[in-house]
Amino acid sequence: MVGKNCFAIASDRRLGVQLQTIATDFQRISKIHDRVFLGLSGLATDAQTLYQRLVFRHKLYQLREERDMKPETFANLVSALLYEKRFGPYFCQPVIAGLGDEDKPFICTMDSIGAKELAKDFVVAGTASESLYGACESMFKEDMEPEELFETVSQALLSSVDRDCLSGWGGHVYVVTPTEVKERILKGRMD
Amino acid sequence: MGDSQYSFSLTTFSPSGKLVQIEHALTAVGSGQTSLGIKAANGVVIATEKKLPSILVDETSVQKIQCLTPNIGVVYSGMGPDFRVLVRKSRKQAEQYHRLYKEPIPVTQLVRETAAVMQEFTQSGGVRPFGVSLLVAGYDDNGPQLYQLDPSGSYFSWKASAMGKNVSNAKTFLEKRYTDDMELDDAVHTAILTLKEGFEGQISGKNIEIGIIGTDKKFWVLTPAEIDDYLAEVE
Repeated sequence: MVGKNCFAIASDRRLGVQLQTIATDFQRISKIHDRVFLGLSGLATDAQTLYQRLVFRHKLYQLREERDMKPETFANLVSALLYEKRFGPYFCQPVIAGLGDEDKPFICTMDSIGAKELAKDFVVAGTASESLYGACESMFKEDMEPEELFETVSQALLSSVDRDCLSGWGGHVYVVTPTEVKERILKGRMD
Repeated sequence: MGDSQYSFSLTTFSPSGKLVQIEHALTAVGSGQTSLGIKAANGVVIATEKKLPSILVDETSVQKIQCLTPNIGVVYSGMGPDFRVLVRKSRKQAEQYHRLYKEPIPVTQLVRETAAVMQEFTQSGGVRPFGVSLLVAGYDDNGPQLYQLDPSGSYFSWKASAMGKNVSNAKTFLEKRYTDDMELDDAVHTAILTLKEGFEGQISGKNIEIGIIGTDKKFWVLTPAEIDDYLAEVE
């Protein structure tokens, strides 16, 4: 979700196989560099492999070009990588959030074969995405400061995952401003 | 030296540590038509002689300066057909980069990849090195840049450089005339004067080519009429 010169990216913490919960502290959001974060929902093995491939590509980019990737560029790279596997796709949905030039927040999501969806306010992905769309739509306000953004994102996340039996066991929220990254763990209904 | 015994195969070093074929390629470049480039504070200019083999040749069909991307241009000294092959490969690499990242390729990256292609042809079987040296002029987020690429695949960033027939005179002239805070127009005038130094015959908009890129980041080749205007200013 986008705020004023900042953004927040959040996920739940459950890792499960249908009705069995395997882990309650699963990290779904990873840092690509200080200003670009990637959340991957869907099949855990594909999420891990995709993450490793993207980190690999980004590290090479950093070495060759001696600079970090902009979030728009990174989103394009993810889209291209996903489409390479068009007829045998990665079963995950990425959510990309970053601060671009002049600290302008950038967010986007895409489907599992790389169709980008840019948005100015919020993007969602995962099993609870329908609830999330509704919660974010009603709770979102333009130009929120980091603290208010954190509250909004947390409320939207917790209320949506409570309505989804496959999501839950708390939340993980990152609020990123040009100067710092605040990582917070939410305690919700632990079920 | 025993060098001549090692000049048959590109991929064999001579005892003096040289690859003789690359030396010969540089000789081919050195006998090509003069070309030069100058990096100004707010842009880059590249220029070359356009001496055609006969007055019957339609000079509008010959374009020695080409653009690789909207903000990167290139000129050469040496063998024209080799140049065309390199331009084609570089353009493809620039487009591939854009397809992957949706960003225009930085000048350094394009130069590095083109140089890698040139180097491949010095270490493969059954091929010969490219008989051209390239001057790549571009303007990206790191400002104006000018690079020279040699047949060996090595590249350097230059403030001003020349290649081809009149290289030593041209370089001496450039060394004297170059200043760090030169503006683009001054650089064009200096380029014309440098070409004039070694020019046989009457210089005009029809027998030289000039390409410039300024802060607008658009590379374009001057028309003969525009070149004639600059020539008039220089007189």
